[in-house]
Amino acid sequence: MNYDQVLTRSESSVLATNKVIRNTYILLSMTLLVSAAMAGLSMMMNVSPGVSLGMSIGALVLLMFVLPRFENSSGGIVVVFLVAGMLGFGLGPILNYYLNMSNGSQIVGTALGGTGVIFFALSGYALKTRKDFSFMGGFLLAGMIVIFGAVILNLFMNIPALSLTISAAVILIMSALILYKTSEIIHGGETNYISATIDLYLAIYNIFTSLLHLLGALAGED
Amino acid sequence: MPLWGKIALAILFGIMIWRMWPALRHHQKHGPKGTAKDWQAVIMPLALVAGFVLLLIFMVKK
Repeated sequence: MNYDQVLTRSESSVLATNKVIRNTYILLSMTLLVSAAMAGLSMMMNVSPGVSLGMSIGALVLLMFVLPRFENSSGGIVVVFLVAGMLGFGLGPILNYYLNMSNGSQIVGTALGGTGVIFFALSGYALKTRKDFSFMGGFLLAGMIVIFGAVILNLFMNIPALSLTISAAVILIMSALILYKTSEIIHGGETNYISATIDLYLAIYNIFTSLLHLLGALAGED
Repeated sequence: MPLWGKIALAILFGIMIWRMWPALRHHQKHGPKGTAKDWQAVIMPLALVAGFVLLLIFMVKK
């Protein structure tokens, strides 16, 4: 293999990586817009928390059982938009609840801005430093398993302190996921922009809802 | 939250744990291990995120 061949392969690998990054961020911004529009619609319709719960469960079912079958085809994009739309629609009653607090608009605005700052700062850090965070895979899986276990426990125990601890842990684990996923895209470990988008979307969604929960509980005025 | 919602979510999260478990075992045995320097590069931004969240809470509380 001569130097030119190595250079050509390296160039094509860089081009492929750049394409995944570009497609991921385009799809991510579109899914966030769909989510925001659906959240606005459900807020206007004043849908009940039961509908919100149903939508969130439906989105989880799509994520777990439908998306894995379509993530390597264009049908995956439709599923990603469906998930984003359903999760966005499910946010409506939650946002209405916080907006009814006396400092509700400040809480929602701060959670939204804070999520944006966290996402752009961590993505920028991973893109700029080009560090390889692949060693975090086991840590992230262990963290998510602990969080899911704690969530199941708290569904039936309803302990407020545990609920706040879960929200704080979710923010940190999802922040680590942003670093891990962005680094995976840069280093060619993730070549599917559909699964990259859904992971980053879920990280943003979870950071936003957890931040909303923390701000509402610790700084909200009824 | 109604009981049906709690049960449905518990089942879905339980399935997620069940699916993630083999991947975790695989990562623990064969996954790349980070050095102290690698972990420092993760802990620093995460500490900044934690500090930023505290700042947001104090800003809204004021």
